[in-house]
Amino acid sequence: MRAGSLRFVVTALAVPILLYGVLVISPYAQSFYISLTDWNGLSPERTFIGLDNYARLVRDDVFWISVWHNVIAVLVIPAVTLALGLFFATMIHVGRYRARGGGRGVRGAAVYRIVYFFPHLLSIAVVGVLFSTVYDPTGSGLLNGALGLVGIEPVNWLGSKDTAYPAMLAVIIWLSVGFYVILFTSAMSSIPADIFEAARLDGTTRWQTFWRMTLPLIWDTVQVAGIYLGIHALDMFAIVNVMSAAGGSGGPDNSTQVLGNYLYITAFQNSEFGYATAIGVALLLLTLAFAAAALRLTRRERVEF
Amino acid sequence: MSLDTTPRAPAAPAARPAPPGPGDGRTVTGSVLNVFTHGFLLTWAALVVIPLAWCVMSAFKTNDELLSSPWSLPGALRWGNFADAWTNAEIGRYFVNTVIVVTLGTALTLAMGATVSYVVARYAFRGNRLVYFLFVVGMTFPTFLAIVPLFFIAQSLRLADSLPGLAVVYAAYNLPFAVFFLTAYFRTLPTSLSEAAFIDGCGHWGTYLRIMLPLARPGLVSVGIFVVLGQWNQYLLPLILQSSPENYVLAQGLANLAVSQGYAGNWSALFAGLTISIIPVLVVYLSFQRQIQGGMVTGALK
Repeated sequence: MRAGSLRFVVTALAVPILLYGVLVISPYAQSFYISLTDWNGLSPERTFIGLDNYARLVRDDVFWISVWHNVIAVLVIPAVTLALGLFFATMIHVGRYRARGGGRGVRGAAVYRIVYFFPHLLSIAVVGVLFSTVYDPTGSGLLNGALGLVGIEPVNWLGSKDTAYPAMLAVIIWLSVGFYVILFTSAMSSIPADIFEAARLDGTTRWQTFWRMTLPLIWDTVQVAGIYLGIHALDMFAIVNVMSAAGGSGGPDNSTQVLGNYLYITAFQNSEFGYATAIGVALLLLTLAFAAAALRLTRRERVEF
Repeated sequence: MSLDTTPRAPAAPAARPAPPGPGDGRTVTGSVLNVFTHGFLLTWAALVVIPLAWCVMSAFKTNDELLSSPWSLPGALRWGNFADAWTNAEIGRYFVNTVIVVTLGTALTLAMGATVSYVVARYAFRGNRLVYFLFVVGMTFPTFLAIVPLFFIAQSLRLADSLPGLAVVYAAYNLPFAVFFLTAYFRTLPTSLSEAAFIDGCGHWGTYLRIMLPLARPGLVSVGIFVVLGQWNQYLLPLILQSSPENYVLAQGLANLAVSQGYAGNWSALFAGLTISIIPVLVVYLSFQRQIQGGMVTGALK
């Protein structure tokens, strides 16, 4: 070690570690303890009540509805987003390797890439507000206005229990797909073109090319994308908080309630901080369970090229 | 118009047309394939563009025009709607607040993240692995778990309901990501340069700030793009920390406006506010399109 190294290390790390410790590590550590108390946030005293909050959680219908909605999001959002992302990326890429003589993808590939990517850059809350107007229950909303053109009566998308949550999932898919199209197109274009040329000479069908070659060769990217999407799908907070009935209630009638929003309401509207933190611990367990399951399920032999 | 198609409609690659037979008919199937390809690609492009274009168009309408038909064009280009949203609906204030918080927050994140990463990547000291682990483990926890204690900690440290305070909280929560990526980046830089700098008499800080930090610029830009977007997007933290409306950020202020305008029936201000929050992102994106896409995609592919 060079002279003064230790002093440099200590001065360089002091501020970041202090801030990180106080603002990030300590809240995480405290929350496990708070989840074992009946703290209401107003009084300084917190009574230790053991696992009572968790016992209450197990009997709480709204909690289980929220868990169920989170699970649906984790299954539906990655599956649909990856399928659409792979589909559109293949469409762009197929045009690319078909254009013999080194064309740069289907015509307008650059424009598609720019347009598709854009929703990814918008704030989810802003997109939520935008789609609240798109889903407006009267004929003046974009979607109902479009349905009106073909003679379908206006649907109360966000006000009806059957359509509210699917409508919100569709919004998340709308804003996610583009990024994965770009990501998969990039991954596909890093596969050497002569592999596809060889396959074409061997007379493989497009279907075979996709399942036997393209997909295995970009599998690492797809796997990471799926896990990333799944972990984000466990959130859903911003979209539900902005779009659900009566200013983020998770309604109508808890039909769009998710753990993040339930936690928020329990803590900051009902002042049940102890109980809210127990919901947070449940969300952590769900996240870890998802990550573990995803890593196990998607393990596949890595193909080198 | 295929507006009523839910995004789910085109079922994955199943919809792809039959492959061409070897040799013959290549151009015919080729053009059929092209029609299909562009059909699907254009449909999705329309699904992306139409809600945004509709929002911008609606921003110019009066309330009566908005309620009568979603398709009619505005009677005139009413720029007054934007002025109304900017001043009366306070969108201007939220916008400026957001720019302040994101600028400060990103600067803090990069400054602290780069320093920690450089030290962890280049100095062998006791507890090196522990420091790295401590930061990276923060990526695996959902922020929701922390918000209840954070709410009280931020209040007692007077970080709550203040713009610089929010920036500090943002930076703390973005550190794990920054440290994870930048540590990997600093490890790839050649050691010979810092050796030479030391021999030429640079101190530890001199070597870091004048030699290594400029070398890490591409890494900092990539991480910076992610951090700016993430902080621009942030909704949960401002919602619990910013209690007075004069400290709201854009996403929060707009969500609030949506609820209140719903009662007040002033829809044109809401659409103008939405447009104000969408257009600058669009302009920045179109100007730096290559860097942004490149930075984000390579970041994710690594």
